[in-house]
Amino acid sequence: MLAVLALWQAAVWLTGLPTYLLPGPRPVMQALIASRTAIAQAAAYTAGETLIGLALGATLGIALALAMATWRPVGRALAPALIVSQAIPIFALAPILTLWLGFGLAPKIAMVVLIVFVPVTQALYDGLMAPPAAQMDVALTMGPSRCAMLRHLRLPAALPRLASGVRLGAIYAPVGAVIGEWIGGARGLGALMLQANGRMKTDLMFAALIVVVALSLALYATVDRMLARFLVRRGFC
Amino acid sequence: MTAAPRSVRVTGEAPGLFAPVDLTLPPLSVTCLLGASGVGKSTLLRLLAGLPTGVAFRGRVERLPAALMGQDAGLLPWLTVAQNVGLGARLRGEPEAPARTARLIEAVGLEGSAGRLPAQLSGGQRQRVALARTLAEDRPLVLLDEPFSALDVRLRLLIGDMAVRLLTGRTVLIVTHDPAEAARLGDRIVVMTPEGLSEQPPPRGPIPRRHDAPDVLATQARLTGRLIA
Repeated sequence: MLAVLALWQAAVWLTGLPTYLLPGPRPVMQALIASRTAIAQAAAYTAGETLIGLALGATLGIALALAMATWRPVGRALAPALIVSQAIPIFALAPILTLWLGFGLAPKIAMVVLIVFVPVTQALYDGLMAPPAAQMDVALTMGPSRCAMLRHLRLPAALPRLASGVRLGAIYAPVGAVIGEWIGGARGLGALMLQANGRMKTDLMFAALIVVVALSLALYATVDRMLARFLVRRGFC
Repeated sequence: MTAAPRSVRVTGEAPGLFAPVDLTLPPLSVTCLLGASGVGKSTLLRLLAGLPTGVAFRGRVERLPAALMGQDAGLLPWLTVAQNVGLGARLRGEPEAPARTARLIEAVGLEGSAGRLPAQLSGGQRQRVALARTLAEDRPLVLLDEPFSALDVRLRLLIGDMAVRLLTGRTVLIVTHDPAEAARLGDRIVVMTPEGLSEQPPPRGPIPRRHDAPDVLATQARLTGRLIA
């Protein structure tokens, strides 16, 4: 942390760039303090979008993966489509979502959902389709129904994979929210950064950027800890 | 027990894996199928279990409802010992039988561990839970695939003896690559090589036999000779 700050300050001194091109740590800190109310409001807005989007995206991802694992034709049809969807530049979708859903909260949440649900679906589906062989063999000789097999073995065995998917989703989620705000919207950290940039308030932009990073890391740490605790409770180490 | 004293038999061939074989398991006795790794022993066991084998098998399988125990105990890490023992009932949506489960846990010497998770158990304890789960299924046919191979010598003797004693009255197949195990635990011993099956006379006396009985040691030496021939 300190090394990053020192490097940053050194870069400012060595290049001699003016503050509106490359602000040093001090003006950024000053901007952070001066605009703390605006930044805090924007951060709360972005955090709200991110959390709602993450929850919806994870739920959608889980539902889709379960459907794909339950009905094999659905799974075979959708598995390649998931890969294709990853090739669509998410940035290009933002204006369309704004066009469809307006300038409010909805397109930003949709953006987060889109970015979150693919890794969640992928991870859980992979887990459901590759249950541990020894456990499967024993369970198969017990004459279970397909539904019981999914509920009592394949789904619980896939929980660590699902957790990895949700972790990835938590990393991507704030990015989705910020992109959404960037494209169309007057609120949130993405919009604040864009406005600051337009008015050459580069220090404020950096301040908002730092808050975005802090928000992402805090979200990831929280989700990671919750998932780890959940898995330990379920007997996974 | 529901054991109809009927034999269990698999006849046929799996081109590229093993030559034509004819394996019959006499009812209510322990057959040890001994062979080197990759010779197709586990495939025969899986055919008898009704599990997918991934090989093209041409032949006939006469089977009974079977319970399976493998080298990997295959316990569900999120279920307690008692819940793992009752896994079959859980999967079939049958009511739990706590008294019976407790009896089985005691029978394998794990009293007091019913509420523990598999991660808190040693390898030997996990295999004992798997044994209790196998007994809970109460099937006339029990298939054991290298069940003691991952255990140290002491545990291998201990749990091998325990398994054979607790499985008395059922038709049992033990697949193993350990000649000592076959000599100690088999009422019947069948050696599998790429050429096919050959029956070997077992040592004298009822199973489980002592590991150091002269007849057991002689049989072990003879079986080892067959395997490396």
